[in-house]
Amino acid sequence: MLEIKNLHATVDGTEILKGIDLSIGAGEVHAIMGPNGSGKSTLSYVLSGRDGYEVTEGEVLLKGQNLLDLAPEERAAAGVFLAFQYPVEIPGVPNTTFLKEAVNAVRKSRGESALDAMQFLKVLRAKVKELGMSDEYLKRAVNAGFSGGEKKRNEVLQMAMLEPALAVLDETDSGLDIDALKAVADGVNALRGPERSMLVITHYQRLLDYIVPDRVHVLSQGRIIRSGGPELAKELEAKGYADIIEAAA
Amino acid sequence: MAASVETVEKVQSLGERYKHGFVTDIEMETAPKGLSEDTVRFISAKKNEPEWLLEWRLKAFRHWLEMPEPQWAKVDFPPIDYQDAYYFAAPKSDDDKPKSLDEVDPKLLETYEKLGIPLREQEMLAGVAVDAVFDSVSVATTFKKKLEEAGVIFCSISEAVQKHPELVQKYLGSVVPAADNKHACLNSAVFTDGSFVYIPKGVRCPMELSTYFRINAENTGQFERTLIIADEGSYVSYLEGCTAPMRDENQLHAAVVELIALDDAEIKYSTVQNWYPGDENGVGGIYNFVTKRGLCAGRNSKISWTQVETGSAITWKYPSCILKGDNSVGEFYSIAITNNMQQADTGTKMIHLGRNTRSRIISKGIAAGRSAQTYRGLVSLGGGAENARNHTQCDSLLIGDRCAAHTVPYIVSKNRSANLEHEATTSRISEDQLFYCRQRGIGEEDAVALVVNGFCREVLQQLPMEFAVEAQKLVGISLEGSVG
Amino acid sequence: MATEALTVSEIEGRWRDLAGTLPGAGIDWLDDFRAQGLEQFRASGLPGPRLESWKYTNLPRALRDRSYTPAATAQRTSLDRVASLLPAESTRLRLVFLDGRFSAEHSQLADLPEGVTLAPLSRVLRDAPQRLEGLLQAADYDRERALQALNDALFDEGLLLSVSSGIQLDTPVEVIFVGGTSDEAVESHQRLVVSIGRGAEATLVEHHQSVGSGNGLLNLVSDIHVAAGAGLTHLRVQETGDESVHLAGTHLQLERDARYRSLAFTSGAALSRHEIDATLLGENADVTLDGAYLLRGRQHGDTTSVIRHTVPHTSARQTYKGALDDRARGVFQGRIVVEQDAQKTDGRMLNKTLLLSEKAEIDSKPELEIFADDVQCAHGATAGELDADALFYLRSRGLSQEGARALLVEAFVAELIEDFPVEALRPALLERLQHWLLGTS
Repeated sequence: MLEIKNLHATVDGTEILKGIDLSIGAGEVHAIMGPNGSGKSTLSYVLSGRDGYEVTEGEVLLKGQNLLDLAPEERAAAGVFLAFQYPVEIPGVPNTTFLKEAVNAVRKSRGESALDAMQFLKVLRAKVKELGMSDEYLKRAVNAGFSGGEKKRNEVLQMAMLEPALAVLDETDSGLDIDALKAVADGVNALRGPERSMLVITHYQRLLDYIVPDRVHVLSQGRIIRSGGPELAKELEAKGYADIIEAAA
Repeated sequence: MAASVETVEKVQSLGERYKHGFVTDIEMETAPKGLSEDTVRFISAKKNEPEWLLEWRLKAFRHWLEMPEPQWAKVDFPPIDYQDAYYFAAPKSDDDKPKSLDEVDPKLLETYEKLGIPLREQEMLAGVAVDAVFDSVSVATTFKKKLEEAGVIFCSISEAVQKHPELVQKYLGSVVPAADNKHACLNSAVFTDGSFVYIPKGVRCPMELSTYFRINAENTGQFERTLIIADEGSYVSYLEGCTAPMRDENQLHAAVVELIALDDAEIKYSTVQNWYPGDENGVGGIYNFVTKRGLCAGRNSKISWTQVETGSAITWKYPSCILKGDNSVGEFYSIAITNNMQQADTGTKMIHLGRNTRSRIISKGIAAGRSAQTYRGLVSLGGGAENARNHTQCDSLLIGDRCAAHTVPYIVSKNRSANLEHEATTSRISEDQLFYCRQRGIGEEDAVALVVNGFCREVLQQLPMEFAVEAQKLVGISLEGSVG
Repeated sequence: MATEALTVSEIEGRWRDLAGTLPGAGIDWLDDFRAQGLEQFRASGLPGPRLESWKYTNLPRALRDRSYTPAATAQRTSLDRVASLLPAESTRLRLVFLDGRFSAEHSQLADLPEGVTLAPLSRVLRDAPQRLEGLLQAADYDRERALQALNDALFDEGLLLSVSSGIQLDTPVEVIFVGGTSDEAVESHQRLVVSIGRGAEATLVEHHQSVGSGNGLLNLVSDIHVAAGAGLTHLRVQETGDESVHLAGTHLQLERDARYRSLAFTSGAALSRHEIDATLLGENADVTLDGAYLLRGRQHGDTTSVIRHTVPHTSARQTYKGALDDRARGVFQGRIVVEQDAQKTDGRMLNKTLLLSEKAEIDSKPELEIFADDVQCAHGATAGELDADALFYLRSRGLSQEGARALLVEAFVAELIEDFPVEALRPALLERLQHWLLGTS
């Protein structure tokens, strides 16, 4: 599904990613763990095409298509979804409007017809129900005045609506208490499927108790220094990053 | 098709009425170019006006000659050559009114369709009566009957001068005196047409009243004059939309709108202004120098201005409220969008005179391209304005690094029991928001339109439904090419 | 000899008599500087309410029935003591001016630390006039700045404070202007020249006071330059007598990483106006302009400021709060200008006024003028009376109506005083605030 080959990227002229190789098969969930400053968030922005993140070497293929030539919205249409660490507030724009714009933009670029208001609301209401959220969410402006947990659940709702091929979850656990974390993880797990790959980026092992990955990679100073099964996350939790990084050096 | 037949009849009846309305001994359809006392006399004669109105016009004209141009606005344009314009133009078909819709100039119909008011579908726009001003003379008025039943007078101001001279004489110039400012003064001297509305005591106007103005003929300045009187306990919502075709030269549009709300009356006045803004190099476009003012004359009266200003090369406009009646309420909700080389200096004045008067100002300014925009507002709490309240929120959004946004509020409080709060912010459109939208698949220009519409939401919500949809689309259209 | 106040013909006449006797006369650059100021004033005349920034302050009307004796020719009586804002035990550097004349007797200039110049201008112009060259900032050619132009022409006293690079001047520099020391109404044109060198730090305490009702007129211009990485903390207390006219203009320039923080406390004068023109010339320059105004009777107090952001990454904060009683009138005109290159500007301005009587008036005009897009700017203004709920709450806890009002006004203004970084100066300010409150009805 996703192939990252020798990816190098700079921010403001400083190299942050220094050669990442990563391959995620269809339906697989991989976790990337790493200390602060290891390049985790940079990787999520490079994959989604944010301005200011310059790829200097390497390639990123999604289902064989080169993502790096595409604008952010084209990548979204190609199936890339980023669940933001800090979901952005857009005052005055109701969630429903936002989602409808997004879903129809993506449908349009995939050559599908736009959903009319009634069809759209029907799908949306069903997803909201599945995720155990309240309809009241939909009328409120995007993320404005949402609690941390609400914002993250809203990201999951968007993911459910946009049905991406690749979901990148950037520190989705940050700022959540255990109940909110479980609720978000349940939502994510419900979206796992044979045609969807996920890249879960996190600092802590805690999230991985609830979203159990197929593979775990440790990122340090812009490189993946170790990969393993879910047990690697436990080892990290027990030993801390310092030991693992030292051992790998 | 019943609808078409009815419309045809209306158009015909209108034609007949106007034949009577015009003086026949003047052959010309267009006043000679330029501005002099003779122009003023020509217009007045053409409209068969009573002596007092001619005198009023001439007085305004003499004043206009003496008056300096207002200099304080942050707008920049070469001096206007007032002699290089026509001050009166009637449609060519004036003496040969269409007998059926087939005879109506298809271009005219097309224009109306673009404006969203196809005559053939008038009836479908249930609840909207349209008095369309094409250049200077009304050509179609609909829903007259329903309004007449309610006792509402909704007609062109020329007609009102003939049929309701006592109301016109009593209220014309009572809120915006002829000598108020140079532009209003010019309007007073040469105004050609516009709308007149009178809502009798206790009547809630059964539908939204709407006027589309349009500048069509070349070199024609348009000087509408609108007068709306809401008698005791009445209510009216009035919608005004404006557009103009592309012309290379600048055209002057100096309108005056006066609103009078008596005891317990309410007037809601909404404008979507999309006059031609000139091209991306600032060539052409309308000079929109408009004086709009409402007088809350009575107790518990309310006047609410809502405007969406996206057009015009230069906008100079301050819809205001004089809150004279105790407990009266003034509101101003504004969205101003400037792009390319547009300049706008707009805002409001809330003059609190009566006790317990309230005002609310929400202004959203969006500047893009090389445009310059100024919010200029006055909130004055007078000595007699016991317990008056004002709240002002005034936000500016900048798109691109060559535009400018200014905020110039004047705040005068002479009453300790009065309470006033003013907040203003200026910021750029957020990179984070745009990226978030784009990551969800929304293209850059759509993302800008979405974020800007969100920024304007509090104001858009104030618009009547059919305007709100048009206004949201306009936001997107106006900002085309502002990013990337 | 009394003359008609500040008309062009009167000033021209005085110029003919005085020009040759002004300190520094005969120094080419200074003669040119003065001549330019005169020319400009001659072209503008006294600024009147037709000028936009003078809309709310009618100076010609305020001066109509007044006449003044120039400081150079006035007779002064002696003065026993001069009030200070600093605690009694403080070490001092102090200059005192009595109606525009330097008073060595009341001043304290001994033990100047190395690298610090502090001297009355008359002395600097006599001994080392070259030290001033480049430090005096001429008024822009602008009719609204006519008073500063007049000062350019006529200033004859003031002070120079110059702190060399890297010097941390711990002792506050106190400069005290005393009015009302003459039987005549004295008009003086003074100049306060402050230059803080690279990385240096200083604190300036500027204090305007009067003997009695102090019926004079002061036209003061300050030229303040804060070099890269330097910092200046400036307290300005204007509590002159209620017959006096106080006109002040501050030119402020901040270089890269420079910091300037001021608190202007205004409770004096029949008519006062403080014009501030602050320019942020270097990145990371940071300016805080705070002000408190407490006016009553028929006092008129005007603050008109412009903060210009000319380069990226600069920040400004301005908070002016005041209480107006009786028929007092307050004017606040603040303008933040963000020039095209000044991306990432962070500018905030707030003006809050309590109207304590039915006849008091505030005219507030907080402006933003923005030519760059990547900025965060905001301004706010409020005007009104004390919060009725808060008043009621306090009274329900046993406070009298007057006590409750005083407490709320005090809290409203004290916030600014408590934010002022020089702790040693706060007690004197709080004392003045409380004293003022005793006089509210």
